[in-house]
Amino acid sequence: MTTTASLPVGQQLEVGDIVASDASLRRFLHGLPGVDQVGAEARVATLSTRSIKTTAKAWAIDLAISMIDLTTLEGQDTPGKVRALCAKALRPDPADQSTPRVAAICVYPDMVPVAAHELAGSGVHVASVATAFPSGRAALPVKLADTRDAVAAGADEIDMVIDRGAFLSGRYLEVFEEIAAVRQAAGDAHLKVILETGELVTYDNVRRASWLAMLAGGDFIKTSTGKISPAATLPVTLVMLEAVRDFRDTMGRQVGVKPAGGIRTTKDAIKYLVLVNETVGDDWLDPDWFRFGASSLLNDLLMQRTKLTTGRYSGPDYFTLD
Amino acid sequence: MSDRIPVRKTYKLYIGGKFPRSESGRTYEVTDRKGTFLANAALGSRKDARDAVVAARKAFPGWSAATAYNRGQVLYRVAELLEGRRAQFVDEVVAGEGLSARKAEAVIDETIDRWVWYAGWSDKIAAIHGSSNPVAGPYFDFSVPEPTGVVAVLAPQGSSLLGLVSVIAPAVVTGSTVVVLASEQAPLPAISLSEVLATSDVPAGVVNLLTGRTAEIAPWLASHMDVNAIDLTGAPEQALELEVASADNLKRVLRPDAARDADWTITPGLERLLAYLETKTVWHPIGV
Repeated sequence: MTTTASLPVGQQLEVGDIVASDASLRRFLHGLPGVDQVGAEARVATLSTRSIKTTAKAWAIDLAISMIDLTTLEGQDTPGKVRALCAKALRPDPADQSTPRVAAICVYPDMVPVAAHELAGSGVHVASVATAFPSGRAALPVKLADTRDAVAAGADEIDMVIDRGAFLSGRYLEVFEEIAAVRQAAGDAHLKVILETGELVTYDNVRRASWLAMLAGGDFIKTSTGKISPAATLPVTLVMLEAVRDFRDTMGRQVGVKPAGGIRTTKDAIKYLVLVNETVGDDWLDPDWFRFGASSLLNDLLMQRTKLTTGRYSGPDYFTLD
Repeated sequence: MSDRIPVRKTYKLYIGGKFPRSESGRTYEVTDRKGTFLANAALGSRKDARDAVVAARKAFPGWSAATAYNRGQVLYRVAELLEGRRAQFVDEVVAGEGLSARKAEAVIDETIDRWVWYAGWSDKIAAIHGSSNPVAGPYFDFSVPEPTGVVAVLAPQGSSLLGLVSVIAPAVVTGSTVVVLASEQAPLPAISLSEVLATSDVPAGVVNLLTGRTAEIAPWLASHMDVNAIDLTGAPEQALELEVASADNLKRVLRPDAARDADWTITPGLERLLAYLETKTVWHPIGV
């Protein structure tokens, strides 16, 4: 499987040394151990066969609900839709008060004021995508302005996209500096860095991009925008979880992980939770350190939850569409 | 010529146009009336029922939106395929119900005629069950029948083919989709029917067929919140508790009726067709 053999675990690395030049950064990223693709996929396949039942399942469902970044990122979004989504975030299942709230609402920057108003004082975070989401193809000042706007409007979490073009052509320092600049512009807001793993092609690239985002100060690394297929997959999430584990071991800072896109069923969500538990352990089994970017997942979790509490199968008619 | 090694069948379920094994991995032995082994059938579980309901729900928008004419044609095509498999069905009915070959032939005739009879109703039911209503105002006012949705059918235990067809056809012809629990003792004709449906033009998921213990699976279908109607014909002893479980989401319930369900050769009338219909009334202003 994967290994941390060539990482100087225990010995403190200095970010400044790594990013001193394009060459030193490249040397570091390419010096990361390669990912054993077959091994990673086999490991995920094994973990996916775990059977989580009864009380453990009930616990996992509630945890998964509390980890959801309830997302609407459509051109057709309206304030009304965002308000409806916020109502759902605060009370996912109106018929059952014991249902936990979701972690955050994730919207486009212009919808942040609406969401911030609806969620004020509730503890549910307001996340905003920024930096010319989803392509990231805009000049840096535009991206920074986008970020500052979202923060000023009340977003306490910023989901930025990296410049995949620069990353794939090997201009790592450029990507690093851009993330660092957005980190600066985001101020106190939590920064989630979207790697768009569907465009990074290889697991080695995913591992490099993960390290790059963490070195630049990201608080979370997120798989995808949800606009590109494939979005989040289990092997990619495994690679990212290993990256945050190794990063904490060497750099002493914990970073969160957020798979986003394509996670639609309770079964899927529980597979991710098993993966988290087996790869990085309890420390990450918390909405502060692991999130699901999803919208339709919530309804399936609620249906499963209802099945467990009432003992009968539920149906999609009993939950809101968005 | 040497003796061939017999090819013993292990049948599977029919869900969403595919033939999966039971999620539980269980099977049970199907025997003829004298106890001779016939084949292994899947012993379905509640999760198979759950999957079947999901498949039926998925198929409902397409099937209910098909024109009545089209549904009739699709079902008629099934009758053609049944005709082509006649010999196999005769064997299975002989083995499963203990009839003589001649009586079984008559049952197959009746089965295919029953299917065609119901297929013909697809574009006529609205004429019988719908109406144009006289109203005191400048409006056209129509009431039209619409399919109710997903129908769970507990097929009769005794009549494994004619009875089965007589409970499936009236539900699907009007546009509902069904989850059928086949006769527990004699599931083979039902399984062969699913093979016929799979090769016909009936879209995947319109008919989903489970084999297994009726007493085990029926309560899950009765309490399922995403099932719109249930036919309790195959579980007369459990009918009361199943009807109570069905009340939570106001399912339409077709009760078993000992007199009616004793002889499937009698021309059925419209009761089963009408059992799975909702009425939609439309007010349309008379234009200027």
